[in-house]
Amino acid sequence: MAPSAEELLRRNTVGINKETVSNVASTDFPGHFPGEDHAFSIERFRSAFSVQFHRNELNDASFSLIGIDASLANAFRRILIAEIPTLAIEDVYIENNTSVIQDEVLAHRLGLIPFNGGRDGIHNFLKWYKKPEAGEDPYANSFDWNTVRLELNVTCTVNEDAAPNENDPLKAYNHAHVYAKDIVFVPTGRQVEYFSGDNAIVPVNPDILIAKLRPKQTINLAMHMHKGIGADHSKFSPVATASYRLLPLIHITKPIIGPDAEKFQRCFPQGVIGLEKVTREEASKSGSGYEGHAGEVKAVVKDSMKDTVSREALRHPEFEGKVKLGRRRDHFIFSIESTGQWDSDELFLEAVKHLKLKCKKLEQQVINMVQ
Amino acid sequence: MPGRTKAQADASSQDADMQDVPPSGQDEINQDAEMRENAEAEEEEEEEEVEPQRVRILPGSTDTAASFEFTDEGHTLGNALRYVIMKNPDVEFCAYSIPHPSEPKMNIRIQTYDGTAVNALKKGLSDLQDVCDVVAEEFWTKRQQFNSEQGIDR
Repeated sequence: MAPSAEELLRRNTVGINKETVSNVASTDFPGHFPGEDHAFSIERFRSAFSVQFHRNELNDASFSLIGIDASLANAFRRILIAEIPTLAIEDVYIENNTSVIQDEVLAHRLGLIPFNGGRDGIHNFLKWYKKPEAGEDPYANSFDWNTVRLELNVTCTVNEDAAPNENDPLKAYNHAHVYAKDIVFVPTGRQVEYFSGDNAIVPVNPDILIAKLRPKQTINLAMHMHKGIGADHSKFSPVATASYRLLPLIHITKPIIGPDAEKFQRCFPQGVIGLEKVTREEASKSGSGYEGHAGEVKAVVKDSMKDTVSREALRHPEFEGKVKLGRRRDHFIFSIESTGQWDSDELFLEAVKHLKLKCKKLEQQVINMVQ
Repeated sequence: MPGRTKAQADASSQDADMQDVPPSGQDEINQDAEMRENAEAEEEEEEEEVEPQRVRILPGSTDTAASFEFTDEGHTLGNALRYVIMKNPDVEFCAYSIPHPSEPKMNIRIQTYDGTAVNALKKGLSDLQDVCDVVAEEFWTKRQQFNSEQGIDR
């Protein structure tokens, strides 16, 4: 016996109540509902699953995954944050640093700067770097295919052309501020093939402030970049944020009319609730709740996706029993902001590939284990 | 389901056999570490990367009720795999846990009505791969569609 549409909606809705949430756990498992088949089948998954794009820019993509369980959507999100490799500054060799910022703080700041460069080089040419063992030559494992060398050499001097009583350090001195754009990429070996011209390794944002200097202060250092993952250090995370939220649902169970409707509209962000005139047809229908209200405004749900689910509507006694808030359990609105080394949409695809590869490797391991 | 009770009674007799297995996993861990070292030694000669064995059956497991230990896996795979395995109608029970947050280990427990726990695990891993294919395919189709509609040229 197939469940009614109403029952399906109930199962698919996470209840948002005044002070609690309800119906949180998934129930789509075999044996949960007697007589219903919830066994996994890829055909069924394929027909239920869909994607909707909302926005697709290099550094900011938003899309919905519909018809997927939270455990899977969450796996993709977690992989995006912690398991997709990027290139970042890992070692800083400080020759000289007479600025007020301490060596270790400076090194940490440098590590957090996101860099960009030729995609083919970063994704395919560059491979993992293996840290040498204690006692081994510290550069034993550094090659052109796993280490990118950068240098930063700046000295602050007095600007002779500045007015004698100039107060702005940026005008009075040269190099008063050290920016990410002052970092110089030094290609080694085959890196010239992959990282020259437009493909050079450069900071994603040239205007990141690294340190401030005064005349005669100097920073003189070299850096080694390696590939790493966010699980090791968040500087390696390819995303600024990767998050999802469930699609908000607003169900107006009893008519909200007149001034109440306007107040109801103000309980939600702009564009969520619309106001429409009660038609004569609705008003003439007995039992609809609109009797005698023809021409007045009524509240209707226009775009529930814009809702932030603040629950403000639940605080007012006049809406009590007239509105139900919820979220759709299997509708995930993803938002991915890349830090620049990958395109945001490409990142999600990479996360899916990553999960598949993980499973593939482990499947082989399970086979080996049994033997 | 009376049949099930019987199957479980059988399982418990098998369970007793497994008592002969050393109760602590310590020996096996040392063996693993040795194997890993050997594998690494070979690596330098062959340049071929040998993956260390990251899955093992925990002692006390039977054919139909087994616990698996995954090294270097966490909630990412644990929860996703748990969900897919639970969707298998042959599976009576499936759950995962991370016994201690500072150990990079994840355990999955599988108990089945029919078939072995190892097969349920294998099916789970292969179903998850199929899901990934479907998600990637649908994502890319919709992405191309959206980009052409919006005039995004990438």
